[in-house]
Amino acid sequence: MALKIVVLAKQVPDTRNVGKDAMTPEGTVNRAALPAIFNPDDLNAIEQALRIKEQNPGTTVGVLTMGPPRAGEIIRQSLYRGADTGWLLTDRLFAGADTLATSYALATAIKKIGGVDLVLGGRQAIDGDTAQVGPQVAEKLGLNQVTYAEEILGIENGVATVRRRIDGGQETVKVPLPAVITVNGSAAPCRPQNAKLVMKYKYATCPLERPEGDPRADLYAERPYLTLNQWSVADVDGDPAQCGLAGSPTKVKTVRNIVFQAKESKTLTSSDADIDGIIKELLNEKIIG
Amino acid sequence: MNNVFVYCEIEGTVVAEVSQELLTKGRKLANTLGVELHAVVAGTGIKSKVEEQILPYGVDKLFVFDADGLFPYTSAPHTDILVNLFKEEKPQICLMGATVIGRDLGPRVSSSLTSGLTADCTELEIGPYDDAKTGQHFDNLLYQIRPAFGGNIVATIVNPEHRPQMATVRSGVMQKAVYEGKAKGEVVYPEVSKYVSPEAFVVKVLDHHVEAAKHNLKGASIVVSGGYGMGSREGFDMLFELAKLLHAEVGASRAAVDAGFCDNDRQIGQTGVTVHPKVYIACGISGQIQHIAGMQDSKIIISINSDPDAPINKIADYVIVGTVEEVIPKLIKYYKQNSK
Repeated sequence: MALKIVVLAKQVPDTRNVGKDAMTPEGTVNRAALPAIFNPDDLNAIEQALRIKEQNPGTTVGVLTMGPPRAGEIIRQSLYRGADTGWLLTDRLFAGADTLATSYALATAIKKIGGVDLVLGGRQAIDGDTAQVGPQVAEKLGLNQVTYAEEILGIENGVATVRRRIDGGQETVKVPLPAVITVNGSAAPCRPQNAKLVMKYKYATCPLERPEGDPRADLYAERPYLTLNQWSVADVDGDPAQCGLAGSPTKVKTVRNIVFQAKESKTLTSSDADIDGIIKELLNEKIIG
Repeated sequence: MNNVFVYCEIEGTVVAEVSQELLTKGRKLANTLGVELHAVVAGTGIKSKVEEQILPYGVDKLFVFDADGLFPYTSAPHTDILVNLFKEEKPQICLMGATVIGRDLGPRVSSSLTSGLTADCTELEIGPYDDAKTGQHFDNLLYQIRPAFGGNIVATIVNPEHRPQMATVRSGVMQKAVYEGKAKGEVVYPEVSKYVSPEAFVVKVLDHHVEAAKHNLKGASIVVSGGYGMGSREGFDMLFELAKLLHAEVGASRAAVDAGFCDNDRQIGQTGVTVHPKVYIACGISGQIQHIAGMQDSKIIISINSDPDAPINKIADYVIVGTVEEVIPKLIKYYKQNSK
């Protein structure tokens, strides 16, 4: 059965590898110092989509991302791995969105794409760790949802069988399509980029990523697949009041840096005398039994 | 109207500990606000089995939804229950566990009610808020305090205008305690079909398998924890040996889990378990903020690290400067000698 799959993917600051200059002296995040990467769980989702495509001839995989123009990189990296197309939602009106306004924007774009059988996404993004956008997109589209998926075991007669992680165990569920499935980081890792696809798509860009008087203008005219879809709020018939900061019920009241209370500590060496001493001290004070 | 609600999650007929922890927190918030604490639970064959696991935590009113198909949990029926109940009850706050269930259900409910939801809160407080842009003043909002950006900052989030204010909290972050004050303890059994449409039962659970936890890290009085500095899965064997002697549980940092040295259910930190032991022995852990946030309440912290400047040493009571390969066998040796 040929399916139309959309994978939600996000470009995120690499919060797992935070360097010393990641925080400004004022205690805010220095985004410029954090490299932008492909959200890890979203790569697991891409892999599941590509596997479904291999098993179901005629299936197409498109990647939908929201962000500044440079997030076009997410679409390129997906094309390099075997995705067929992508859409970048970019507009100043989308800025400052919490999860609810983000899911409104993504849901509106999915409606615009039309005829989607399966929406996949990573379980959560590492910059917020909320895991909220997947279920909220599902609700906005009135679709069934399965979260924390580890493997999509198969799709037959419009019903997907999914193995998912739950607290302390696992579950296998059947969900009729169309549906939203979010994929856990413990699912199969994403395949590497394919050299031929990298050659094919390395100049693929969104119009906003291109400099004025781009020397590759002729190339773009000759190869339409190098021009990636770029949509504004108006392009997806979005309601500006539900987008970005305006559409976000949650407000950030304050942000503070974390400072831990330093303690006066006793420093010991690894010598036998020191280790013997600390064990005796802990035993005498009944700290350990 | 305007009360505090806690969604209680179950496995079979057993109420999750995180839900009881949230009932205790919800009771405190309700007292601060001068409102009632309500709880809601949904499952199959739970009537007269779950009430006594919920009411002692200070619940004024408990809604028990008992029908076929409500266990194992699936998204749509439980969403219908909360959304339709909240349309009637109009709570001001709704809390749920930051578990697989809570993180599946919370966003779906919040989207349906267009209310704000904050995931993985580490503190919840009540306070005022002034909107700098509109100049509006709000009293008695729920401060939803949570780490952000991989734990490098802490943000206080408010939902000024939308109700309920929703938040999820991880297991072990709050402490449960039977309520000593007076609560009404009323129990009602609403008719499930009035809240859940038949079409909601569309996702079928073929197989549901949950194992009893292999450890009690959350409740351990001594924790021996290893980081990336342990070097390998074999390195962790030393920690298990030390832990066995001390009647301790073994924990790990995210770096050690990511490297495959230890199973991820033993991860301590913001994205893992929060522990409050009497003694915390950190072995080869540098002490990233995200780890420290999950163990800083330990009474006594012992850090073993070859780097005297490891960040964790600042909050440690005892710092042993040395390699784990050298120090841990000595700890085992001298414990055996001295404890006789």
